[in-house]
Amino acid sequence: MMNLLTKLVGWIDERFPLVSMWKEHVSEYYAPKNFNFWYFFGSLAMLLLVIQFVSGIFLTMNYKPDALFAFTSVEYIMRDVQWGWLLRYIHSTGASMFFVVIYLHMFRGMMYGSYRKPRELLWIIGMIIYLALMGEAFMGYLLPWGQMSFWGAQVIVNLFSSVPFIGHDLAILIRGDFVVSDITLNRFFALHVVAIPLILVLIVIAHLVALHEVGSNNPDGIEIKKHKDANGKPLDGIPFHPYYTVKDGVGVMGFLIIFCAIVFFAPDMGGYFLEYNNFVPANPMKTPEHIAPVWYFTPYYAILRAVPPLFGSQFPGVVAMGIATVAFFFLPWLDRGKVKSIRYRGPLYKAFLASFVVSFVGLGWLGLMPSTPTYTVFSQILAVVYFAFFLLMPWYTKIDKCKPEPDRVTFK
Amino acid sequence: MKIIKKICAVALLLAMPAVAMASGAAVHLDTAPVNLQDTASLQRGAKLFTSRCLACHSAVSMRYNRLGDIGMTEEQIKVDLQLPEDVKVGSTMLATMDANSAKLAFGVTPPDLSVISRSRSADWLYSYLRGFHIDTTRPSGWNNIVFPGVAMPHVMADLQGEQALESHEGHGAGKLVLKTPGSLTPVAYDAAVADLTNYLVFMGEPAKMVRYRLGWIVLGFLSLMFLLVYALKKEIWKDIH
Repeated sequence: MMNLLTKLVGWIDERFPLVSMWKEHVSEYYAPKNFNFWYFFGSLAMLLLVIQFVSGIFLTMNYKPDALFAFTSVEYIMRDVQWGWLLRYIHSTGASMFFVVIYLHMFRGMMYGSYRKPRELLWIIGMIIYLALMGEAFMGYLLPWGQMSFWGAQVIVNLFSSVPFIGHDLAILIRGDFVVSDITLNRFFALHVVAIPLILVLIVIAHLVALHEVGSNNPDGIEIKKHKDANGKPLDGIPFHPYYTVKDGVGVMGFLIIFCAIVFFAPDMGGYFLEYNNFVPANPMKTPEHIAPVWYFTPYYAILRAVPPLFGSQFPGVVAMGIATVAFFFLPWLDRGKVKSIRYRGPLYKAFLASFVVSFVGLGWLGLMPSTPTYTVFSQILAVVYFAFFLLMPWYTKIDKCKPEPDRVTFK
Repeated sequence: MKIIKKICAVALLLAMPAVAMASGAAVHLDTAPVNLQDTASLQRGAKLFTSRCLACHSAVSMRYNRLGDIGMTEEQIKVDLQLPEDVKVGSTMLATMDANSAKLAFGVTPPDLSVISRSRSADWLYSYLRGFHIDTTRPSGWNNIVFPGVAMPHVMADLQGEQALESHEGHGAGKLVLKTPGSLTPVAYDAAVADLTNYLVFMGEPAKMVRYRLGWIVLGFLSLMFLLVYALKKEIWKDIH
């Protein structure tokens, strides 16, 4: 039996680099041994991608992308399709949890300077994944065709119409119609189910290839490749398999406990994962009194609302929102710190990062609330804090008093 | 480092606060006594729903035979709910009145009620169904303290009797007083509305109780798996120093 298996692998290996690929990316990929809690989120993001793909495929088998039937087809899935309610809740919870995991994954990179040389491209590819994910989530949210689906899409697409000169045509190009309609639903379905998932898979592979080329960073922010043994293996590195496959397995189980607790006991998460108003079918004639995007977009939405209109145009707010989203791309070049990891950074960086987290979460909360003059002032203050983190970074990282980095990674 | 960790933990908790999604409704809502395990109450609610609501409203996503989940047999569904000859137990709940005539009669199409308990809360429904009062300025002769200006007339007035809104202090802040008693006492009427609300909550998500039951099994299994994988990790990592 074993002999047969060896023969089969040998047969494949003469025609496809199976063994060498396994070695390069799994069994002989050396990762730093000092990964902590924050290093679970990369593999968890991969897990969520798979969860969303599998649940999404089965949902697609039963969903109807038609303005007349979309809403009831979701309820059909919830009631008449075997395990349909489970598929739907897995997919809706998966969307929100994907952003939870991605935000923590990005924050990990910011804490430990994982975007710094030589990992700039790795970071940028990751940011492209994040943008693609935002597009994927936005288009997917239209599909249930509830009031929030419809009016959320209407509001966001209208933002594009504030672009000078080409805005009006741009919005029509996106919608395929003068308002969000059946045509919009159909194209968003195609993009959500085929185009963006395809792009996501490709850039996730690119993300992994880039990671394995430069090697993983670690909580100490130092390169393990500086110290190698006689065989050229990093002294502080351990093979990904079995060490990190089993350790990530612990993370996966812990995550699934939280994930399933939400799926089975609180799938609407008090209106944050599934908005109550989205259980009302889309009605183009009836604007809801309060339109809030889903929670993972609200920090940017709050920034949009914080910027006052210029000559009656929302465009400055849209630009601010756009810059807030893409600001992360520039981190590798904004950061002038002598060390990478927060462990050896000075108090300035720590204070700025902490205030950034406060501004991001605070804006997220404000974006969910109806706009009032007081909240707008709060949003403006937090938006300034948000942008200050990026704009002042070359200055505060340079003058910050850093501690010396250790020569070898700290473990236990 | 510790401080940052703490800030992040607090920040994450703050990100999902239990703040109600403000809808501006200033009216006080009574707490609905919802109990999805009380099948007797759910069955009474189903009877009220099919006899009172389905005349104008539909529940297009709800099939009659799904009432099997709350302990009704096919025979009970046919006989107790007085299904017309042409309606099969496997069909969905359609309104007796067609949408166009309903729109002509009320000015709006009566909304489908399949998931009404998910967009409106149980408390809202419970308060709304008990909140009708006489209002001669309205076309239907009725108004509602929870939903001012509603097009729907009071379809259970024979049970509840007629209420009037008294001491109108400013905006809708009045008190409902029973003027003409109905065939049910106020306590019995509240109980009937509680049954109906309970049923509407069930209908909003028939698989809810299945979900809860299954959830514990899934979490139990995952906890065991967690311990197993954790032990495996400890074993494999023991020689890493």
